[in-house]
Amino acid sequence: MTEPTLYELSSPGRSGVRFPKSDVPKYELPADLVRADLPFPELAEIDVVRHFTHLSAMNYSIDKGFYPLGSCTMKYNPKINEVTARLPGFAFTHPLQPLETIQGNLFLMYQLQEYLKEISGFAAISLQPAAGAQGEFTGVKIINAYHKSRGDLKRTRVLIPDSAHGTNPATCSMVGLEVVHLPSDARGNVDLVALHEICDDTVAGLMLTNPNTLGLFDENVSEVIEIVHAAGGLVYGDGANLNALLGIARPGDLGFDVMHFNLHKTFSTPHGGGGPGSGPVAVTSQLADFLPSPVVGIVEPGTEDLPPLYGFTTPTMSIGRVKTFYGQFGMLVRAYTYIRMNGSDGLRRISEFAVLNANYLLSKVRGKYTLPYNRTCMHEFVVEGVWPEVPDIHALDIAKRLMDYDFHPPTNYFPLIVHEALMIEPTETENKQTLDAFADALLKIAEEAHTDPELLKNAPHNTPVSRLDEVKAAKELVLCCWLPENE
Amino acid sequence: MFIPHTDAEREAMLASIGVKDIKDLFTDVPVKHRFPKLGLPKGITEMEALAELREFSTANETAADLVSFLGAGAYQHYIPAAVDALINRGEFFSAYTPYQPEISQGTLQAIFEFQTLIANLTGMEVSNASHYDGATAAAEAGLMAYHHFRGKRPKIIISSSVNPEYREVMCSYLCGYENMKLVSVEDKADLKESPDQLSDRLDDQTALVMVQYPDFFGRINDFHKLVRKSHEIGALIAFIVNPTALGILKTPGELGADIVVGEGQPLGIPLSFGGPYLGFLATKKDFVRKISGRLVGETVDGEGRRGYVLTLTAREQHIRREKATSNICSNQGLMALAATIYMSLLGKQGMQQVADLCYQKAHYAAELINRLPGFEVLTDKPFFHEFVVKCPVDVDHINQHLLEDGFLGGLNLAKINPDLANHMLVAVTEVISKEDIEAFAEALKEASHD
Ligand SMILES: Cc1ncc(COP(=O)(O)O)c(C=O)c1O
Repeated sequence: MTEPTLYELSSPGRSGVRFPKSDVPKYELPADLVRADLPFPELAEIDVVRHFTHLSAMNYSIDKGFYPLGSCTMKYNPKINEVTARLPGFAFTHPLQPLETIQGNLFLMYQLQEYLKEISGFAAISLQPAAGAQGEFTGVKIINAYHKSRGDLKRTRVLIPDSAHGTNPATCSMVGLEVVHLPSDARGNVDLVALHEICDDTVAGLMLTNPNTLGLFDENVSEVIEIVHAAGGLVYGDGANLNALLGIARPGDLGFDVMHFNLHKTFSTPHGGGGPGSGPVAVTSQLADFLPSPVVGIVEPGTEDLPPLYGFTTPTMSIGRVKTFYGQFGMLVRAYTYIRMNGSDGLRRISEFAVLNANYLLSKVRGKYTLPYNRTCMHEFVVEGVWPEVPDIHALDIAKRLMDYDFHPPTNYFPLIVHEALMIEPTETENKQTLDAFADALLKIAEEAHTDPELLKNAPHNTPVSRLDEVKAAKELVLCCWLPENE
Repeated sequence: MFIPHTDAEREAMLASIGVKDIKDLFTDVPVKHRFPKLGLPKGITEMEALAELREFSTANETAADLVSFLGAGAYQHYIPAAVDALINRGEFFSAYTPYQPEISQGTLQAIFEFQTLIANLTGMEVSNASHYDGATAAAEAGLMAYHHFRGKRPKIIISSSVNPEYREVMCSYLCGYENMKLVSVEDKADLKESPDQLSDRLDDQTALVMVQYPDFFGRINDFHKLVRKSHEIGALIAFIVNPTALGILKTPGELGADIVVGEGQPLGIPLSFGGPYLGFLATKKDFVRKISGRLVGETVDGEGRRGYVLTLTAREQHIRREKATSNICSNQGLMALAATIYMSLLGKQGMQQVADLCYQKAHYAAELINRLPGFEVLTDKPFFHEFVVKCPVDVDHINQHLLEDGFLGGLNLAKINPDLANHMLVAVTEVISKEDIEAFAEALKEASHD
């Protein structure tokens, strides 16, 4: 199945939208400022609608089926979110309007700040960062600024566990800090001996994902944090895995100093085929003054007759602005909707059932797939499909074969410390039948790996395209549609 | 609500795991901190949630209720109905980043088409799959140029007529990064700077010169000389552009730009109080390995059928980790899709028509306002759809009056530079009618009287 490109569908003279003729006198753009031809496709509305509808049919999505992509929290995205975010009172507000005209937006942001602080146990928060990685950038910059503000200039190294997501080390480089790799121990926890050895007065901090990317809650988390604090470092929490902790434990209580949220994971805002995300950053009171500006606050207290006036404040030692305006507002509306509908009890149920689902699925495949760390997992787990009899079968083959059973594969080859990692995160929104069907498919594939390995090697068989030639793509680098003009 | 389990299913699942109670799955969590009581309000139904959110949203006054002349980096344009109808398909919005190409061809082909449209719009050879917004794309362009010269040219020159929020974001990313230096002619956004003054700052330490086109004040500067001088000295030059303007304006590619970045919000994305928006970054093919973010390339499958994959991933964080060109992971996928649909609907004619309407209407507005006693439009240069008005009184005062008359006035430039007291930045797009413009001019006149 191939769909022509927009350019191939184009027919000169067509147009998908009409605009009213100009109703004002004519003004000429000076001729030397006018561009040459605009090489854009020409299509009618129906051409465009059919084209993108065809494209949509070639996508797998949560709405279509089970999407157990580890570390990504592909939970169902409630439809009501799409309605609330599009309410005209939100969608048509310009970010630079006078404060009196945007009190609804500011109140929502203020409340969301309060809710996220309560959920995470932190003292202050900024909703500005655009995604998880930008939250990390913001948080690590805050750590760096904190040390510098104290004249503590030696702290240039950040500890990163070997199971960490790639954005963690990449973030440190962007902030200009050095990455030090920290090994995991045999139970998948941070190796305490190594941590003790590395920690000295050059350590700015540790970036810890807890539960980590193996889906394991670090059994020594309090000790890990104490060791880093004792050495004068701060602890960053990668909140990508917060879906395991709602009402279960608050990172602020555990001793973390900074954390980012992924509203597009934990709080049900859709991933959109790769974004927009939203990555608010929360901090302890000692770091509050470093948050990016602006932060939503009360700028005039309320009186008996008048509600307070909400507005923007700039933290005194702010690391500055990381994005234009105030954050991914539309995502904030969705997350707010979700938190309001769930309340305290609903949030705890989310994490309980996310962890129940993961452990249930694990119980169904244990024994057939290798479990590098045999522990109770949190919201996700990592297994390997490694069988000595069929050494040619790899995680990739299992992943591709799952597509033939109409499932999205788990994350593979991450975390890096498990060579043939299949990282499975079912989320709380999946029912038992779906989990059973997925477990059956995994078991069937384990069998096929032995009886008909070629079936896996050549998978997928039932998808719009089969395995694609990535080497050719990187070598030839065709990054734009072929244009008729280039003939 | 969103958790489908029945009690019986839960019990069966617990039995399969071999524990009695869900609580037993959390023994790794320190007892002292386990199961904190959260002080959030009780959960509510969908019906109640919608009512509450509706109440918040109607507490705002918006560009839909008022006639808006506010721009300054976010613009109200007409968004054809098909844009939202299509991006609201679950097949698009509930998919993840297309890591598994066999079941993500829809997203991948759409990104490939986005890359093509952006490259064609800007006159460049390649575009990436998107950035968080225009400002972060600009910051990434700075890092890209710096790394292109392997840190040997630490200086980045930024025009003072670049959107001040962009300059703030660029400083958050670049100031203090290794030995990098950001250099401006003026600290604050300013009307006086000329491209020649930027030329004067060029030296062999300069990696990049960054200008805005049209600039923050809507002006179209002549950058020919600056481009030539930048290249003579071996520096790169980046343009921050308004994509709507490029419907008619000469492309940065034609003018010699090495990198083009911009805010894609005007391309079919609602104002939505500042986000989610869409950053784009386009460049020459020679720099493609230095580009940040995701890239989609064309290839074939096992049967020779055309298909698309994420390519050159060895630049990215999940492969290169601390050596990656950027830490960006999730980008603005769905917003890039919205822009792709918008650009395909408008096509060649529509893009030109919208740009032209913005140009005409802004010029009409400027002419009327310039005639008002005490008002002066500063038009020493050609402008696109935004212009600066010197007012006889304080802009906040005027805007207060305008609001009472049903208008959202332009940005008070005193807020970004006290030297620009009484200066207003007015934006006019195709959604504004001749009558609106005339009524606005009338309201301005009245507002300046009392
Ligand atoms: C553990 C972890 N950290 C950070 C990130 C980055 O988040 P984002 O894609 O929102 O930038 C991810 C996302 O995949 C992740 O799984």
